[in-house]
Amino acid sequence: MIESYLRQSALDHLGLAARAGDAPAGAAVIMAEKTLPAAVNLRGNKENPAFAAAVLEALGLQLPLEPNSVAAGDGLALLWLGPDEWLALAHNAPPEAEAQLAAKLRAALGDLHAAVTEVGESLACIHLAGPRARDVIAKGCPLDLHPRAFGGVGHCAQSHLAKTGVLLHQVGPENNGAPAFDLYTRRSFSDYLWRWLEDAGREYGLVVVAP
Amino acid sequence: MTGRMRLPQGGLVKRDETLSFTFNGKSYKGLAGDSLAAALLANGVHLVGRSFKYHRPRGIVSAGAEEPNALLQVGDDPRTEPNLKATQVELVAGLKAAAQNAWPSVDFDVGAVNSLAARFLPSGFYYKTFMWPASAWKTYEHFIRRAAGLGRSPSRRDPDRYDKTFAHCDVLVVGAGPAGLAAALAAGRAGARVVLVEQDHLLGGALLSQPGAAIDGKPALDWVAEAEAELAALPEVRVLKRTVCHAAFDHNFFGLVESVTDHLPQPPEQLPRKRLWKLRAKQAVFCCGAIERPMVFADNDRPGVMTASAVRSYINRYAVRPGRRAVVFTNNDSGYGAALDMEAAGIEVAAVVDTRPVPAGPLSERAEALGLRILSDSAVIAVEGKKRVRRVRIAELDAEGKNWVGAPQVIDCDLVANSGGWNPTVHLFCQAKGRLRWDDVHGCFVPDKAMQWGQHVAGAANGAFGLGACLREGAAAGAGAAADCGFAEASSAAPQAENHDFLPGRWLWLIPGEQPLGRKAKHFVDQQNDVTAADLRLALREGYSSIEHVKRYTTTGMATDQGKMGNVNAIGIVAEALDRHLPDVGVTTFRPPYTPVTFGIFAGRDVDDLLDPVRRTPMHAWHERNGALFEDVGQWRRAWYYPREGEDMHAAVNREVKATRDSLGILDATTLGKIDIQGPDAATFLDRVYTNGWLKLGVGRCRYGLMLKEDGMVMDDGVTTRLGEQHYLMTTTSGNAAAVLAHLEDYLQTEWPDLRVYLTSVTEQFATMTLSGPNARSLLAEMTDADLSPGALPHMAFTPGKVAGVPARIFRISFTGELSYEINVPASFGMAVWQALMTAGERYGITPYGTEAMHVLRAEKGFIIVGQETDGSVTPLDLDMSWIVSKTKDFIGKRSLTRADMAKPDRKQLVGLLTSDPQVVLPEGAQLVEKVLPQPPMPMLGHVTSSYWSPNCGRSIALALVKGGLARKGETLYAPLADGRVIPCVVAESPVFFDPEGERLK
Repeated sequence: MIESYLRQSALDHLGLAARAGDAPAGAAVIMAEKTLPAAVNLRGNKENPAFAAAVLEALGLQLPLEPNSVAAGDGLALLWLGPDEWLALAHNAPPEAEAQLAAKLRAALGDLHAAVTEVGESLACIHLAGPRARDVIAKGCPLDLHPRAFGGVGHCAQSHLAKTGVLLHQVGPENNGAPAFDLYTRRSFSDYLWRWLEDAGREYGLVVVAP
Repeated sequence: MTGRMRLPQGGLVKRDETLSFTFNGKSYKGLAGDSLAAALLANGVHLVGRSFKYHRPRGIVSAGAEEPNALLQVGDDPRTEPNLKATQVELVAGLKAAAQNAWPSVDFDVGAVNSLAARFLPSGFYYKTFMWPASAWKTYEHFIRRAAGLGRSPSRRDPDRYDKTFAHCDVLVVGAGPAGLAAALAAGRAGARVVLVEQDHLLGGALLSQPGAAIDGKPALDWVAEAEAELAALPEVRVLKRTVCHAAFDHNFFGLVESVTDHLPQPPEQLPRKRLWKLRAKQAVFCCGAIERPMVFADNDRPGVMTASAVRSYINRYAVRPGRRAVVFTNNDSGYGAALDMEAAGIEVAAVVDTRPVPAGPLSERAEALGLRILSDSAVIAVEGKKRVRRVRIAELDAEGKNWVGAPQVIDCDLVANSGGWNPTVHLFCQAKGRLRWDDVHGCFVPDKAMQWGQHVAGAANGAFGLGACLREGAAAGAGAAADCGFAEASSAAPQAENHDFLPGRWLWLIPGEQPLGRKAKHFVDQQNDVTAADLRLALREGYSSIEHVKRYTTTGMATDQGKMGNVNAIGIVAEALDRHLPDVGVTTFRPPYTPVTFGIFAGRDVDDLLDPVRRTPMHAWHERNGALFEDVGQWRRAWYYPREGEDMHAAVNREVKATRDSLGILDATTLGKIDIQGPDAATFLDRVYTNGWLKLGVGRCRYGLMLKEDGMVMDDGVTTRLGEQHYLMTTTSGNAAAVLAHLEDYLQTEWPDLRVYLTSVTEQFATMTLSGPNARSLLAEMTDADLSPGALPHMAFTPGKVAGVPARIFRISFTGELSYEINVPASFGMAVWQALMTAGERYGITPYGTEAMHVLRAEKGFIIVGQETDGSVTPLDLDMSWIVSKTKDFIGKRSLTRADMAKPDRKQLVGLLTSDPQVVLPEGAQLVEKVLPQPPMPMLGHVTSSYWSPNCGRSIALALVKGGLARKGETLYAPLADGRVIPCVVAESPVFFDPEGERLK
């Protein structure tokens, strides 16, 4: 019987917990792994009112229809990925949360033609924040992250960062004014992406912190 | 004092900050704020190199990016960089520079004999000389490479770091002279996101060399300082100094190179040396200024001949006297600016030689009022002095300016400041395919029509040469660009200044010399490429009349010069010779880069560990800890084999293969592509993309499928499982997962939008481990609650269950021919489950096997690997797999299989191959022939696709694609190898070498 504490996050092998400290005041960029996200990929027909209603019933969130927008609720976010694709995300959730989230959606969707797929295990989440966070990302990502172009907090986009595909979700600024992003990549690419980001942030004095 | 030619006061240099540097091994001192060229001139060093072809002594000509001569090798190997323009290198303490293209020294250069042989080096020399015989080219090339070429490449890898970044803005402003600053201020004040790019480390452009100029009633440099402060305070404005916009691509995409640390004596370790900016702008304003055009006169390349504006820069910006006694040679008003500045700086102006019959213009008038000696309607017809100008000869011109008349007079001087007019810097505008028009009055090409949306040109770059006009145009272009991005025009008025340009002018393209053209003296048009007016004439005589052909034949305006100095003169000379109006000759194509860029910026940080992603499976760390060697499969890094103490690869793989067949092996198969397929039409969809039938597959059952491209060639294969009524899981090969998903999505979205099917990649959701071998069931049964009995879970069936307490999907499928279970668990549990299986499996001698053993095991069974047995030209029929090709339904690629070519008997077909000597293992890729001829070429029948030592068969085995192979069973073929060996082998009756009945699966 394997206990859930034996779960390993995508970047487990880097021993980040031992390296992470508190963010020093005025750090230009901080970076952390947000371990073991729970995530469910959702496909469906937004034209069908029953579909949005089922999602609302299951998640308590309005289905975001604006491209690259995010509906956020209590510990749960629903990200627009495409005209018929969304991603429900939760952090700091127990191991069974992902399956439960998927089950709730499946139950609400019933016989509707939709696809609910658990994908959280396939994702790594790297949190990057600070006044120079945008500059670090811009080194490898062709998206314009300026608030006027990207939309600021509550927006997301799929793109590439260096040689990996990423899903960017802007989660800050909240209080301190500096932008904050959650960057999701496929688990197997996360080692490369983490090392790439650390290198890109070096000139700004990037600091690894606890999530 | 830092140099005997330093003026006692003035300039923008820091007199309290002395910097030591060396040139050609000799130590000098300069000041902070100097360019390398300025520091050399301050020390009286004019001679900085030898010319490219004739090895003539050459001096500093300009003070900017247009410099043709002062191309130096800077820095020590491996941090050395060739072809840096001394005029653009910022002086730093300890800088080391050396002349190029001179051996053993610039003062005495062996190559200068080329000068004597000049008439054997005419234009088109290479084409004429090295064409015959073709076989001798290799000999010629050796010498040409050594004699040509400027500078040396580093001999070791570059130790510096380079960076790349994307960037975006509303308005890009290139050039921070008066027009650029006005444009950036106007756009920035309106609220637009502005990027202002300046190649210099100071803002101000030409104003840095014109201390007398005034803007809005105050000294121009005060206005520049205020503008810089205001721009710095605007949050949406980014000013990039030491940054060259070297390329303008389509749709306002620009390449910029920022020099980050070259000006720092001790660069901080964390900083990149240079950064490439890949900038996407909504609007662009080119304020690139203008470059002064030299005049083409006899021996105009002697050290000490400079452009008049360069003289002004050295005096005013760097407080350096470029000479002691000067002659100014001009055909317009701006030459007089140099005369006035020299006079003020205490440099004797021996004469101003003006081709114009009546000197006119505000500067001319001031010079006249000052009593300077002005020789009108005259020209410099000869320059004396090899390593430095000693004197010039001056004569009056005839009415057309084609000949000189009367008796020449001789004037001693060590400096000739010459001005032949101004050329707007239109490189970026033209790279973006902007169209030029000829301005007869100013004697230059000016921008006419931009071909890309949102591009503007302002100031001298636009042919508006007066300061007032520069400011006005800049402000208007900046405000207009911002307005086009939706920012209301700011109400602030454009800055005001006097507006004089350099008119009137008398545009003479070729100044007559003492002797007929081409005799003795040389009239240089392009000093960097050593092209003379006589070369151009020769090209025309030989029939090259298109300016693009003349350029290539003579090499004028090529290489790093990109026509900055000589192009318009060349066009003028060609037009005159052809008796055509100059604009009818046209201009050559402008191409990036504007100035050379170092290769490092294109690599950026994509080097070493960061060159390419290395994809790791959840069990990667275990493989590392247990001594695995790894193999790249696409971007995945897979365990290849696990050598034990004293084992080589052969021994390790043999052990892994044996252990798997004898008892139990375990493989990390996480990398297999997995696509989750859901929807009521999922079965129909599978039926169309695979060659075999899928409508009758029951829930909980697995099936092998082969996928073809439209051309009928095998694209991928894998096992797909029906997980639920409308739910399937497809597996793909490791390297092909993304391509297969894209292929399937393409069909769903474009060909079959009516099918109700959703695809989701779940490759990485699961850690996959394969238990294979006679004891696979025994071990797994201990670890799971699922019923593994053959009745409940037969071959090609699926069951959910828990493995070691973790929710899992268990598939009974086999790529080894053994009893096998492929177990999918959530990725985060992969390591824990793997370790649990390893621990529990000890009693069965569980053996981790890598990709190499996997390959041997599958080859023993004759199973193909897509990409190894196939190469995009192999059909299922070629693989003898017609059993999997449905005759009754349609599928992608089916129609192609019916083409006549597909049925040809001599297509390459997959067969098993057994060497006559069972101990010999064929090399993969070996070519196969029917008959060995004494030497190649000989008709080739095909090649070996897979070849291994099979410990289970006790002999070597191989698979091969052979022409008409299926009809050759029992035939002996030969593999002649590069080392001379010839290996005979027999086409096997079947490619299944082990357990042909499949008993072991049961």
